[in-house]
Amino acid sequence: MVAKRIIPCLDVKGGRTVKGVNFVGLADVGDPVELGARYAADGADELVYLDISATCEERATFSSLVERIADRINIPFTVGGGIASLDTAARLLDAGADKISVNSAAIADPGLISAIAGRYGSQFVVVAIDAKLAEDGRWMATTHGGRRLTDRELFAWAHEAQERGAGEILLTSMEHDGVCQGYPCDLYREFCATLDIPVIASGGAGSIDDIADVLTLGAADAALAASIFHYGTYTVREVKEALSAKGITVRL
Amino acid sequence: MIAIVDYKMGNLRSVENALSRLGAEYQVTSDPDVIRAASKVLLPGVGNAAEAMQNLRAAGLVDVIRSIRRPVLGICIGMQVMCRHSEEGDTDCIGIFDTDVRKFTAENGLKVPHMGWNTIHNLDSKLFKGIEGGSYVYYVHSYRPDLCSDTIATSNHGGMFSAALKYENFYGTQFHPEKSGDVGERILADFLAL
Repeated sequence: MVAKRIIPCLDVKGGRTVKGVNFVGLADVGDPVELGARYAADGADELVYLDISATCEERATFSSLVERIADRINIPFTVGGGIASLDTAARLLDAGADKISVNSAAIADPGLISAIAGRYGSQFVVVAIDAKLAEDGRWMATTHGGRRLTDRELFAWAHEAQERGAGEILLTSMEHDGVCQGYPCDLYREFCATLDIPVIASGGAGSIDDIADVLTLGAADAALAASIFHYGTYTVREVKEALSAKGITVRL
Repeated sequence: MIAIVDYKMGNLRSVENALSRLGAEYQVTSDPDVIRAASKVLLPGVGNAAEAMQNLRAAGLVDVIRSIRRPVLGICIGMQVMCRHSEEGDTDCIGIFDTDVRKFTAENGLKVPHMGWNTIHNLDSKLFKGIEGGSYVYYVHSYRPDLCSDTIATSNHGGMFSAALKYENFYGTQFHPEKSGDVGERILADFLAL
Protein backbone atom coordinates (compact mmCIF):
# COMPACT_ATOMS: atom_id res chain seq x y z
CA MET A 1 0.00 0.00 0.00
CA VAL A 2 1.28 3.46 -0.87
CA ALA A 3 2.32 5.35 2.23
CA LYS A 4 0.84 8.74 3.03
CA ARG A 5 3.52 11.32 2.35
CA ILE A 6 4.74 14.13 4.57
CA ILE A 7 6.26 16.96 2.60
CA PRO A 8 8.02 19.93 4.20
CA CYS A 9 7.87 23.08 2.11
CA LEU A 10 10.79 25.52 2.04
CA ASP A 11 10.35 29.09 0.92
CA VAL A 12 13.42 30.37 -0.89
CA LYS A 13 14.30 33.95 -1.71
CA GLY A 14 17.54 34.94 -3.41
CA GLY A 15 18.88 31.42 -2.89
CA ARG A 16 18.30 31.42 0.88
CA THR A 17 15.64 29.78 3.02
CA VAL A 18 13.35 32.45 4.34
CA LYS A 19 11.94 30.54 7.26
CA GLY A 20 13.74 27.69 8.89
CA VAL A 21 13.93 25.86 12.14
CA ASN A 22 17.16 25.96 14.04
CA PHE A 23 18.20 22.31 13.89
CA VAL A 24 20.69 21.21 16.45
CA GLY A 25 24.09 20.96 14.80
CA LEU A 26 23.05 22.89 11.75
CA ALA A 27 24.83 26.20 11.90
CA ASP A 28 23.36 27.77 8.81
CA VAL A 29 19.61 27.40 8.67
CA GLY A 30 19.59 29.78 5.74
CA ASP A 31 21.01 27.25 3.29
CA PRO A 32 18.11 25.46 1.58
CA VAL A 33 20.34 22.49 0.67
CA GLU A 34 21.44 21.85 4.24
CA LEU A 35 17.92 22.29 5.56
CA GLY A 36 16.49 19.98 2.89
CA ALA A 37 19.13 17.34 3.62
CA ARG A 38 18.20 17.54 7.28
CA TYR A 39 14.50 17.12 6.55
CA ALA A 40 15.32 14.17 4.26
CA ALA A 41 17.43 12.53 6.97
CA ASP A 42 14.58 13.13 9.40
CA GLY A 43 12.18 11.11 7.23
CA ALA A 44 10.61 13.64 4.84
CA ASP A 45 9.09 11.78 1.89
CA GLU A 46 9.59 14.61 -0.57
CA LEU A 47 10.53 18.25 -0.45
CA VAL A 48 8.97 21.29 -2.07
CA TYR A 49 11.09 24.37 -2.74
CA LEU A 50 9.07 27.45 -3.49
CA ASP A 51 10.88 30.39 -5.03
CA ILE A 52 9.29 33.50 -3.59
CA SER A 53 11.87 35.86 -5.09
CA ALA A 54 10.45 39.17 -6.09
CA THR A 55 13.16 40.31 -8.48
CA CYS A 56 14.90 38.84 -11.53
CA GLU A 57 18.27 39.07 -9.77
CA GLU A 58 17.00 36.96 -6.88
CA ARG A 59 15.27 34.54 -9.27
CA ALA A 60 18.43 33.97 -11.33
CA THR A 61 20.02 32.09 -8.45
CA PHE A 62 17.24 29.52 -8.31
CA SER A 63 18.42 27.10 -11.02
CA SER A 64 21.91 26.87 -9.58
CA LEU A 65 20.32 26.20 -6.20
CA VAL A 66 18.22 23.43 -7.80
CA GLU A 67 21.43 21.87 -9.12
CA ARG A 68 22.93 21.83 -5.65
CA ILE A 69 19.76 20.32 -4.19
CA ALA A 70 19.76 17.58 -6.84
CA ASP A 71 23.41 16.77 -6.14
CA ARG A 72 22.77 16.31 -2.48
CA ILE A 73 19.21 15.08 -1.84
CA ASN A 74 18.30 11.44 -2.44
CA ILE A 75 14.51 11.83 -2.31
CA PRO A 76 12.23 13.50 -4.86
CA PHE A 77 11.77 17.25 -4.80
CA THR A 78 9.42 19.69 -6.47
CA VAL A 79 10.24 23.26 -7.35
CA GLY A 80 7.72 26.00 -7.90
CA GLY A 81 7.14 29.70 -7.85
CA GLY A 82 6.63 31.82 -10.92
CA ILE A 83 7.02 29.04 -13.51
CA ALA A 84 5.22 30.42 -16.55
CA SER A 85 6.84 28.81 -19.58
CA LEU A 86 7.98 25.50 -21.02
CA ASP A 87 11.51 26.94 -21.19
CA THR A 88 11.63 27.65 -17.46
CA ALA A 89 10.29 24.17 -16.73
CA ALA A 90 12.94 22.69 -19.04
CA ARG A 91 15.69 24.63 -17.31
CA LEU A 92 14.59 23.36 -13.89
CA LEU A 93 14.34 19.78 -15.19
CA ASP A 94 17.89 20.05 -16.56
CA ALA A 95 19.00 21.40 -13.19
CA GLY A 96 17.67 18.20 -11.61
CA ALA A 97 14.16 18.95 -10.33
CA ASP A 98 11.92 15.87 -10.18
CA LYS A 99 8.72 17.88 -10.51
CA ILE A 100 7.68 21.45 -11.06
CA SER A 101 4.54 23.06 -9.75
CA VAL A 102 2.53 25.59 -11.72
CA ASN A 103 -0.19 27.80 -10.32
CA SER A 104 -1.26 31.24 -11.59
CA ALA A 105 0.42 30.81 -14.98
CA ALA A 106 -1.58 27.63 -15.61
CA ILE A 107 -4.81 29.47 -14.92
CA ALA A 108 -3.79 32.24 -17.31
CA ASP A 109 -2.77 29.64 -19.90
CA PRO A 110 -4.00 26.08 -19.22
CA GLY A 111 -2.08 24.98 -22.33
CA LEU A 112 1.05 25.28 -20.19
CA ILE A 113 0.04 22.09 -18.34
CA SER A 114 -0.45 20.19 -21.60
CA ALA A 115 2.81 21.55 -23.02
CA ILE A 116 4.94 20.56 -20.01
CA ALA A 117 3.22 17.20 -19.43
CA GLY A 118 3.33 16.41 -23.15
CA ARG A 119 7.06 17.04 -23.29
CA TYR A 120 8.26 15.71 -19.94
CA GLY A 121 5.45 13.49 -18.68
CA SER A 122 2.70 13.83 -16.11
CA GLN A 123 5.00 12.77 -13.27
CA PHE A 124 6.82 16.08 -13.74
CA VAL A 125 3.78 18.35 -13.38
CA VAL A 126 2.11 19.33 -10.13
CA VAL A 127 -0.75 21.78 -10.47
CA ALA A 128 -1.13 23.92 -7.37
CA ILE A 129 -4.53 25.43 -6.70
CA ASP A 130 -5.21 28.11 -4.10
CA ALA A 131 -8.94 27.83 -3.47
CA LYS A 132 -11.31 30.21 -1.75
CA LEU A 133 -14.96 29.93 -0.83
CA ALA A 134 -16.86 32.46 -2.94
CA GLU A 135 -19.94 34.31 -1.73
CA ASP A 136 -22.21 32.00 -3.72
CA GLY A 137 -20.90 29.04 -1.73
CA ARG A 138 -18.73 27.58 -4.51
CA TRP A 139 -15.01 26.91 -4.09
CA MET A 140 -13.11 28.93 -6.68
CA ALA A 141 -9.47 28.99 -7.80
CA THR A 142 -7.59 32.17 -6.96
CA THR A 143 -4.31 33.71 -8.06
CA HIS A 144 -1.79 36.07 -6.49
CA GLY A 145 -1.71 34.27 -3.17
CA GLY A 146 -5.49 34.19 -2.85
CA ARG A 147 -6.00 37.88 -3.45
CA ARG A 148 -7.64 37.49 -6.86
CA LEU A 149 -10.66 35.31 -7.41
CA THR A 150 -10.79 33.71 -10.85
CA ASP A 151 -13.84 32.47 -12.74
CA ARG A 152 -12.63 28.89 -12.44
CA GLU A 153 -14.61 26.62 -10.16
CA LEU A 154 -12.24 24.44 -8.14
CA PHE A 155 -13.52 20.98 -9.16
CA ALA A 156 -13.88 21.87 -12.84
CA TRP A 157 -10.40 23.37 -12.89
CA ALA A 158 -8.84 20.35 -11.16
CA HIS A 159 -10.50 18.03 -13.67
CA GLU A 160 -9.25 20.10 -16.55
CA ALA A 161 -5.74 20.02 -15.06
CA GLN A 162 -5.95 16.22 -14.73
CA GLU A 163 -7.14 15.85 -18.32
CA ARG A 164 -4.36 18.11 -19.53
CA GLY A 165 -1.80 15.85 -17.92
CA ALA A 166 -1.20 17.02 -14.36
CA GLY A 167 0.33 14.22 -12.30
CA GLU A 168 -0.77 15.59 -8.93
CA ILE A 169 -2.83 18.40 -7.48
CA LEU A 170 -1.59 20.48 -4.57
CA LEU A 171 -4.70 21.99 -3.02
CA THR A 172 -4.51 24.86 -0.55
CA SER A 173 -7.57 26.35 1.08
CA MET A 174 -6.87 30.06 1.39
CA GLU A 175 -9.55 30.14 4.07
CA HIS A 176 -7.38 27.90 6.23
CA ASP A 177 -3.82 28.63 5.10
CA GLY A 178 -1.51 30.04 7.73
CA VAL A 179 -4.01 29.96 10.58
CA CYS A 180 -2.98 26.53 11.89
CA GLN A 181 -6.51 25.44 12.76
CA GLY A 182 -6.83 22.40 10.59
CA TYR A 183 -7.80 21.54 7.05
CA PRO A 184 -11.31 21.56 5.53
CA CYS A 185 -11.58 17.76 5.52
CA ASP A 186 -15.02 17.57 3.92
CA LEU A 187 -13.76 19.56 0.97
CA TYR A 188 -10.68 17.34 0.61
CA ARG A 189 -12.71 14.15 0.84
CA GLU A 190 -15.06 15.22 -1.96
CA PHE A 191 -12.15 16.60 -3.99
CA CYS A 192 -9.99 13.46 -3.73
CA ALA A 193 -12.91 11.18 -4.60
CA THR A 194 -13.52 12.92 -7.92
CA LEU A 195 -9.89 12.75 -9.14
CA ASP A 196 -7.77 9.81 -10.29
CA ILE A 197 -4.47 11.54 -9.56
CA PRO A 198 -2.97 12.02 -6.09
CA VAL A 199 -3.87 15.07 -4.02
CA ILE A 200 -1.50 16.88 -1.67
CA ALA A 201 -3.18 18.84 1.10
CA SER A 202 -1.54 22.10 2.01
CA GLY A 203 -2.09 24.91 4.45
CA GLY A 204 -3.74 24.70 7.81
CA ALA A 205 -1.76 22.17 9.80
CA GLY A 206 -1.43 23.33 13.37
CA SER A 207 -1.14 19.94 15.00
CA ILE A 208 -0.47 16.30 14.26
CA ASP A 209 -4.21 15.62 14.65
CA ASP A 210 -4.91 18.09 11.83
CA ILE A 211 -2.53 16.19 9.54
CA ALA A 212 -3.99 12.84 10.60
CA ASP A 213 -7.50 14.14 9.86
CA VAL A 214 -6.75 15.35 6.35
CA LEU A 215 -5.01 12.06 5.49
CA THR A 216 -7.90 9.94 6.82
CA LEU A 217 -11.17 11.93 6.91
CA GLY A 218 -9.93 14.12 4.06
CA ALA A 219 -8.51 11.12 2.11
CA ALA A 220 -5.53 13.19 0.93
CA ASP A 221 -2.51 11.26 -0.35
CA ALA A 222 0.03 13.61 1.17
CA ALA A 223 0.27 16.58 3.49
CA LEU A 224 2.54 19.53 2.86
CA ALA A 225 3.45 21.68 5.82
CA ALA A 226 5.70 24.62 6.43
CA SER A 227 5.08 26.37 9.73
CA ILE A 228 4.97 23.40 12.07
CA PHE A 229 8.36 22.21 10.79
CA HIS A 230 10.01 25.60 10.37
CA TYR A 231 9.06 26.79 13.81
CA GLY A 232 10.12 23.49 15.29
CA THR A 233 6.71 22.62 16.72
CA TYR A 234 7.34 19.05 15.58
CA THR A 235 10.04 17.27 13.66
CA VAL A 236 9.11 15.28 10.56
CA ARG A 237 9.90 12.09 12.43
CA GLU A 238 7.68 13.01 15.36
CA VAL A 239 4.80 13.64 13.00
CA LYS A 240 5.31 10.36 11.16
CA GLU A 241 5.68 8.32 14.33
CA ALA A 242 2.49 9.84 15.72
CA LEU A 243 0.63 9.14 12.46
CA SER A 244 1.88 5.57 12.50
CA ALA A 245 0.67 5.16 16.09
CA LYS A 246 -2.77 6.23 14.85
CA GLY A 247 -2.69 3.40 12.31
CA ILE A 248 -1.87 5.57 9.29
CA THR A 249 0.56 3.99 6.83
CA VAL A 250 3.71 6.09 6.64
CA ARG A 251 7.31 5.36 5.68
CA LEU A 252 9.39 5.15 8.84
CA MET B 1 33.54 2.33 -16.01
CA ILE B 2 29.77 2.30 -15.71
CA ALA B 3 27.77 3.27 -18.77
CA ILE B 4 24.55 5.21 -18.32
CA VAL B 5 22.68 4.70 -21.58
CA ASP B 6 21.36 7.94 -23.03
CA TYR B 7 18.50 7.20 -25.38
CA LYS B 8 16.72 10.56 -25.04
CA MET B 9 14.23 9.34 -22.45
CA GLY B 10 14.15 12.06 -19.87
CA ASN B 11 16.68 13.50 -17.56
CA LEU B 12 19.56 11.31 -16.43
CA ARG B 13 20.77 13.73 -13.86
CA SER B 14 19.26 12.03 -10.82
CA VAL B 15 20.91 8.73 -11.77
CA GLU B 16 24.21 10.51 -12.36
CA ASN B 17 23.94 12.27 -9.01
CA ALA B 18 23.17 8.99 -7.23
CA LEU B 19 26.25 7.33 -8.74
CA SER B 20 28.38 10.36 -7.82
CA ARG B 21 27.16 10.12 -4.22
CA LEU B 22 28.32 6.48 -4.24
CA GLY B 23 31.70 7.57 -5.60
CA ALA B 24 31.26 5.58 -8.83
CA GLU B 25 32.78 6.58 -12.14
CA TYR B 26 30.36 6.67 -15.00
CA GLN B 27 29.91 7.85 -18.54
CA VAL B 28 26.65 8.97 -20.14
CA THR B 29 26.66 7.49 -23.61
CA SER B 30 24.73 6.13 -26.57
CA ASP B 31 27.86 4.70 -28.19
CA PRO B 32 27.46 0.90 -28.68
CA ASP B 33 31.22 0.33 -28.25
CA VAL B 34 31.33 2.17 -24.93
CA ILE B 35 28.24 0.31 -23.74
CA ARG B 36 29.68 -3.09 -24.74
CA ALA B 37 32.96 -2.31 -22.99
CA ALA B 38 31.38 -1.08 -19.75
CA SER B 39 31.70 -3.06 -16.53
CA LYS B 40 28.07 -2.24 -15.65
CA VAL B 41 25.27 -0.76 -17.70
CA LEU B 42 22.43 1.41 -16.39
CA LEU B 43 19.35 1.90 -18.53
CA PRO B 44 17.26 4.62 -16.87
CA GLY B 45 14.34 6.39 -18.46
CA VAL B 46 11.14 8.24 -17.79
CA GLY B 47 8.34 8.53 -20.30
CA ASN B 48 6.54 6.45 -22.85
CA ALA B 49 7.43 2.82 -23.69
CA ALA B 50 6.64 3.19 -27.39
CA GLU B 51 8.92 6.19 -27.70
CA ALA B 52 11.60 4.44 -25.64
CA MET B 53 11.64 1.42 -27.99
CA GLN B 54 11.62 3.69 -31.03
CA ASN B 55 14.63 5.60 -29.66
CA LEU B 56 16.52 2.42 -28.81
CA ARG B 57 15.92 1.06 -32.32
CA ALA B 58 16.90 4.36 -33.93
CA ALA B 59 20.15 4.35 -31.95
CA GLY B 60 20.81 0.72 -32.92
CA LEU B 61 20.87 -0.30 -29.26
CA VAL B 62 18.32 -3.14 -29.08
CA ASP B 63 20.75 -5.88 -30.14
CA VAL B 64 23.58 -4.20 -28.23
CA ILE B 65 21.63 -4.42 -24.98
CA ARG B 66 20.56 -7.99 -25.68
CA SER B 67 24.20 -9.02 -26.25
CA ILE B 68 25.60 -7.58 -22.99
CA ARG B 69 26.97 -10.22 -20.59
CA ARG B 70 27.91 -7.87 -17.75
CA PRO B 71 25.32 -6.67 -15.21
CA VAL B 72 22.62 -4.41 -16.66
CA LEU B 73 20.11 -2.49 -14.54
CA GLY B 74 17.00 -1.03 -16.13
CA ILE B 75 15.07 1.53 -14.10
CA CYS B 76 11.36 2.25 -14.66
CA ILE B 77 10.92 2.54 -18.46
CA GLY B 78 14.44 1.09 -18.75
CA MET B 79 13.10 -2.09 -17.16
CA GLN B 80 9.81 -2.07 -19.05
CA VAL B 81 11.58 -2.04 -22.42
CA MET B 82 13.39 -5.24 -21.39
CA CYS B 83 10.02 -7.01 -20.92
CA ARG B 84 8.15 -8.78 -23.76
CA HIS B 85 5.42 -6.31 -24.53
CA SER B 86 3.93 -3.10 -23.15
CA GLU B 87 0.30 -2.13 -23.30
CA GLU B 88 1.51 1.47 -23.61
CA GLY B 89 1.26 2.14 -27.33
CA ASP B 90 0.87 -1.65 -27.93
CA THR B 91 4.67 -1.89 -28.02
CA ASP B 92 6.80 -4.96 -28.65
CA CYS B 93 9.79 -4.72 -26.34
CA ILE B 94 13.24 -6.35 -26.14
CA GLY B 95 11.92 -9.52 -24.51
CA ILE B 96 14.58 -10.33 -21.92
CA PHE B 97 12.19 -10.58 -18.96
CA ASP B 98 9.42 -13.13 -19.44
CA THR B 99 6.51 -10.81 -18.68
CA ASP B 100 4.21 -8.12 -20.06
CA VAL B 101 3.65 -4.55 -18.92
CA ARG B 102 0.08 -3.42 -18.31
CA LYS B 103 -1.63 -0.24 -17.14
CA PHE B 104 -3.04 0.16 -13.64
CA THR B 105 -6.81 0.50 -13.72
CA ALA B 106 -8.10 3.57 -11.87
CA GLU B 107 -11.07 1.89 -10.21
CA ASN B 108 -12.20 1.38 -6.62
CA GLY B 109 -10.38 4.55 -5.66
CA LEU B 110 -7.00 3.34 -6.93
CA LYS B 111 -4.83 6.34 -7.74
CA VAL B 112 -3.07 6.32 -11.10
CA PRO B 113 -0.22 7.15 -11.51
CA HIS B 114 1.08 5.03 -8.65
CA MET B 115 3.12 7.79 -7.07
CA GLY B 116 4.98 7.81 -3.81
CA TRP B 117 6.56 5.37 -1.38
CA ASN B 118 5.49 1.74 -1.31
CA THR B 119 6.96 -1.40 0.24
CA ILE B 120 8.87 -4.18 -1.52
CA HIS B 121 8.45 -7.81 -0.51
CA ASN B 122 9.55 -11.34 -1.44
CA LEU B 123 13.09 -10.08 -2.02
CA ASP B 124 15.07 -12.75 -3.80
CA SER B 125 18.32 -11.43 -5.22
CA LYS B 126 21.79 -10.16 -4.40
CA LEU B 127 20.40 -6.79 -5.52
CA PHE B 128 18.65 -6.63 -2.14
CA LYS B 129 21.55 -7.66 0.07
CA GLY B 130 21.05 -5.88 3.37
CA ILE B 131 17.54 -4.73 2.44
CA GLU B 132 14.68 -5.96 4.59
CA GLY B 133 11.35 -7.01 3.16
CA GLY B 134 8.85 -4.22 3.78
CA SER B 135 11.36 -1.46 3.03
CA TYR B 136 9.99 1.59 1.27
CA VAL B 137 11.03 2.66 -2.22
CA TYR B 138 9.85 5.49 -4.45
CA TYR B 139 7.55 4.87 -7.40
CA VAL B 140 6.06 7.01 -10.11
CA HIS B 141 4.45 5.10 -12.97
CA SER B 142 1.16 4.19 -14.62
CA TYR B 143 2.22 0.86 -16.19
CA ARG B 144 3.67 -2.14 -14.35
CA PRO B 145 5.04 -5.59 -15.16
CA ASP B 146 3.06 -8.69 -14.22
CA LEU B 147 4.46 -11.24 -11.81
CA CYS B 148 6.54 -13.95 -13.52
CA SER B 149 9.34 -16.43 -12.91
CA ASP B 150 11.87 -13.56 -13.23
CA THR B 151 10.26 -11.58 -10.38
CA ILE B 152 12.76 -10.88 -7.57
CA ALA B 153 10.62 -8.37 -5.61
CA THR B 154 6.94 -7.53 -5.43
CA SER B 155 4.83 -4.52 -4.51
CA ASN B 156 1.10 -4.07 -4.23
CA HIS B 157 -1.01 -1.34 -5.79
CA GLY B 158 -4.47 -2.67 -6.53
CA GLY B 159 -2.80 -6.08 -6.88
CA MET B 160 0.72 -7.49 -6.83
CA PHE B 161 3.16 -6.63 -9.57
CA SER B 162 6.88 -7.09 -10.24
CA ALA B 163 8.79 -4.43 -8.31
CA ALA B 164 12.02 -5.91 -9.68
CA LEU B 165 13.03 -8.52 -12.24
CA LYS B 166 16.14 -10.55 -12.99
CA TYR B 167 17.13 -12.79 -15.85
CA GLU B 168 20.76 -13.93 -15.96
CA ASN B 169 22.84 -10.71 -15.91
CA PHE B 170 19.84 -8.43 -16.51
CA TYR B 171 18.15 -6.64 -13.61
CA GLY B 172 15.31 -4.18 -13.54
CA THR B 173 13.47 -2.13 -10.95
CA GLN B 174 10.10 -0.50 -11.50
CA PHE B 175 10.82 1.85 -8.62
CA HIS B 176 13.48 4.56 -8.67
CA PRO B 177 16.44 3.55 -6.48
CA GLU B 178 18.08 6.90 -7.31
CA LYS B 179 15.20 8.65 -5.52
CA SER B 180 14.54 6.10 -2.79
CA GLY B 181 16.61 7.63 -0.03
CA ASP B 182 19.11 5.45 1.82
CA VAL B 183 17.37 2.19 0.84
CA GLY B 184 17.72 3.13 -2.83
CA GLU B 185 21.36 3.98 -2.39
CA ARG B 186 22.00 0.57 -0.83
CA ILE B 187 20.29 -1.15 -3.76
CA LEU B 188 22.42 0.80 -6.25
CA ALA B 189 25.52 -0.05 -4.21
CA ASP B 190 24.49 -3.73 -4.30
CA PHE B 191 24.17 -3.51 -8.08
CA LEU B 192 27.60 -1.88 -8.38
CA ALA B 193 29.03 -4.67 -6.21
CA LEU B 194 27.68 -7.48 -8.45
